[in-house]
Amino acid sequence: MTNNWVDIKNTDLVLIMGGNAAEAHPCGFKWVTEAMQQRKAKLIVVDPRFTRSAAVADTYAPVRVGADIAFLGGVINYLLANNKFHEEYVKAYTDATFLTKEGFNFDNGVFSGYDDAKRTYNRATWGYQLGEDGFVKVDDAMQDARCVFQQMKKHYSRYTPELVEQVAGTPKDAFLKIAQQIGETSAPNKVMTILYALGWTQHTVGSQNIRTMAMIQLLLGNMGRPGGGVNALRGHANVQGITDMCAYSDTLPGYLGAPLDGDVDRAAYLKRLTGKPLRPNQMAFTQNFPKWHTSLMKAWWGDAANKDNDFAFEYLPKKDAAYDILHMFELMHQGKMHGFVCQGFNPLAALPNKKKLSAALAKLKFLVVADPLETETSEFWKNFGPLNDVDPKTIQTEVFRLPTTTFAEESGSFTNSSRVLQWKEKAADAPGEGKADSEIMARIFVKMREMYRKDGGKAPEPIVNLSWPYQVAEAPSPAEILREYSGRALVDLMTLPNPKDPTAKPTVAVPAGQLSSFAQLRDDGTTACGNWLYCGSWSPAGNLTARRDNSDPSGLGVYPNWGYSWPANRRILYNRAAADTKGNHWDATRKYLSWNGKTWSGVDVPDMRPTAAPEENVGPFIMNPEGVARLHAIGMADGPFPEHYEPFETPLGVNPLHPNNPKAVSNPAARVYKGDMETFGKAAEFPYAATTYRLTEHHHFWTKHAHSNAVTQPAPFIEIGDDLAKEKGFKNGQMVKVRSNRGEVRAALVVTKRMKGLKVNGKTVHTVGIPIHWGFKGVTQNGYLANALTPYVGDANSQTPEFKAFLVNIEKA
Amino acid sequence: MDVKVSRRQFFKITAGGMAGSSLAMLGYAPNALAGVRSFKLARTTEHRSTCPYCSVSCGMIMYTLGDKSKNVKPAIIHVEGDPDHPVNRGTLCPKGAGVLDMIHSPNRVKFPEVRAPGSNEWKRISWEEAINRIAKHMKDDRDKNFIEKNAAGTTVNRWNTLGFLASSAASNESGYIGVKTMRSMGVVALDTQARI
Repeated sequence: MTNNWVDIKNTDLVLIMGGNAAEAHPCGFKWVTEAMQQRKAKLIVVDPRFTRSAAVADTYAPVRVGADIAFLGGVINYLLANNKFHEEYVKAYTDATFLTKEGFNFDNGVFSGYDDAKRTYNRATWGYQLGEDGFVKVDDAMQDARCVFQQMKKHYSRYTPELVEQVAGTPKDAFLKIAQQIGETSAPNKVMTILYALGWTQHTVGSQNIRTMAMIQLLLGNMGRPGGGVNALRGHANVQGITDMCAYSDTLPGYLGAPLDGDVDRAAYLKRLTGKPLRPNQMAFTQNFPKWHTSLMKAWWGDAANKDNDFAFEYLPKKDAAYDILHMFELMHQGKMHGFVCQGFNPLAALPNKKKLSAALAKLKFLVVADPLETETSEFWKNFGPLNDVDPKTIQTEVFRLPTTTFAEESGSFTNSSRVLQWKEKAADAPGEGKADSEIMARIFVKMREMYRKDGGKAPEPIVNLSWPYQVAEAPSPAEILREYSGRALVDLMTLPNPKDPTAKPTVAVPAGQLSSFAQLRDDGTTACGNWLYCGSWSPAGNLTARRDNSDPSGLGVYPNWGYSWPANRRILYNRAAADTKGNHWDATRKYLSWNGKTWSGVDVPDMRPTAAPEENVGPFIMNPEGVARLHAIGMADGPFPEHYEPFETPLGVNPLHPNNPKAVSNPAARVYKGDMETFGKAAEFPYAATTYRLTEHHHFWTKHAHSNAVTQPAPFIEIGDDLAKEKGFKNGQMVKVRSNRGEVRAALVVTKRMKGLKVNGKTVHTVGIPIHWGFKGVTQNGYLANALTPYVGDANSQTPEFKAFLVNIEKA
Repeated sequence: MDVKVSRRQFFKITAGGMAGSSLAMLGYAPNALAGVRSFKLARTTEHRSTCPYCSVSCGMIMYTLGDKSKNVKPAIIHVEGDPDHPVNRGTLCPKGAGVLDMIHSPNRVKFPEVRAPGSNEWKRISWEEAINRIAKHMKDDRDKNFIEKNAAGTTVNRWNTLGFLASSAASNESGYIGVKTMRSMGVVALDTQARI
């Protein structure tokens, strides 16, 4: 979330799309009802299903699964065509005035630079025109045909209300009513918030779904403001924290780009990732990259990382390919991955195409599953009849299953979706011999280090030299670890030379010990910090994540002394944009941050150099080298402007926006593995759109192990609308078989009025709903894993699998 | 009037509605009522915690019974929403309210186990044996498949035949240690639930 849960109460309009907060995030959703009651805010829900969020909304409209960009592109077109955008904000805080390169274009569904054979873009023609001074050229009047504003206007002019209805199935009147309501928040004293979740991410255009919304929020001037923002609700208590720790291949802790095969040395690596301003006076905060990275290396390798050895840069593994989870299972499937350590994760249920996953796991030499519960993954080799029809004798994988603690059985911090770290205390021991994940990883590491010390082996140095200062080597305490990633000065840090007074004697700027801010980090090896974003969470004042002061002096839900919010305890990101270009509040009911003539001050930590006067025009989006937010985003794999593409399994067979280009039916830049294209079904055989979803009584695949949840939702089911049931002659409660081109699921049928056939591109498209929570382990009734049906393809940027839009047929079982 | 009411009778009467509540109001509560059973949380220890399910991350209070004496195994017997928490203000949803049953699930893994190749069953092993065998597997694979330099001669220190999935249900501290140790070994294939 750019904002936070309680901040939702500050809004005038809530849009819930790509999520279902009332059922999936009930205790957060009450801040929506708070806004509705106290501020008279309105709630809009756009969803393929009439969810319980929709049930309490002021306005509901249906949208076909996988057609969100058609809808949102229509909103952008409406805003631009009807002059419903926040002009001062757009001109000053976005790249709308920037000139795009002459070679950039969009033709028949693909952007310039497309390589058909590789399914990727060469992005050389995307991005901005640079002047001789190295800065981006701009047209402040936004009239130049090459400026981002005009390019964007042209791109979305095709997304008329009629096209929205044709592609997304949303009736034109309903669409226009919503677009008009959204447009009202372009007024400087009105703010809208958007809440989304997996309903937007689990598509092959997932990242672009969210970007389209971000563009709308920028056009409306709603970013960085109380009651605004783009808010990902997110699915696990610490999914944010583990993302920030960067337990994935692309980055190191704190989103530092991971070294690549081509980074020949530290200098080349730092050069690639260190930003420099693209406009005058911009902070371009990634200029500090060398400080963050060097401090990480000191935290990991201590004295073994020093100036003489490039701070141990060679120790870091260099990545030669994508190693996201779909790629991992692809490698496994090809027999190229031999070992797999699976911590608190149930990939056999959580990834797409169970058949492929099961075959992949069976090719492993060894699998280690560390989990508090008996997951399906840990027993993938066991026969459970039709629910898991395998022959153990033929599966040669050696499987280790290790018992772990649950959240209640260890101390430590979780980071919620508002970026707030909160410390929790151990309340009991785990049953049996369960151990914390940190202890398990430490034991494996210590054992391997011992073997490398004793027996040698390949490249032992990064292992034997890893800094391991914990009191009990096999069980580092959570407090020790938090202090390590929060960071410390290894020596007294002296003031840096002052160019205005070169003779000034250096004094101690920061004494050795815990640091209070990432601003204190250095690139000379005198600071160590395992995650710069979390720097200061354990400051000289102690463990700030454990703070429990719930006072809220401003009344705006800031709670500055509750836990610790990264970065720098800031509760709303980009909050410089909460004030106008002169530094005054946009509106009197939400006074957040303003310029007092000398500094930025307000109720939150300013997201701006405190002394940057408004006339210096330092942009609020300090992480971007241009200082402003991007409407034209060069960093995307599939285009600088989002475009509607059909799901890989499309009920239409064509992209109505580009009916004559077979290459632009589905996302041209999404990665498809050899053999997977053939597993995608066609509408002739699988005529119904399908989507997976979650129930309010269950959480993914955990709560099927809990008695009370099993009582409230004991058995799997399939949901369809009463119009389809009537057409097929199906009755509520009868057993049905749902088939995709990859597998089948059998369950009882629930017929509701919540899903209706939508008229799309001249035909009626019905949707089949598939709740995901059952499997072959649990105290609920057993059921088929829903991913028997889903396609093995992910978003072009994030590789998030397309669980929300695919094709099935439904028959009597 | 001398009305003697046993505890069981008292509940029968009060269940009857108005008549019962008037009796109680008149002071005819059973003599022993207050002493029958103490408040069940009176002897528990409170710990603050965070709901493990979605990212609203509601504050929870865990009530643990057990006095920490040597032969007593403390047990969590009750969970409530934390009323001091600014986000959930004491509320819990149908998932969070049932979390005690997840903690005490009959399907908790209790001991390290191994399933041998081709076998149809688990075999219990000690932690020591589990860690030894896993570390040996890992070292063998690393020594066999570790790539020190790429074709251009750059040191790449990459071990890409082992994959690691980190849990989004684990703490920041566990996540950090997982990343730190795996990266030190050269692992590039690591991922987490955030991806999906």
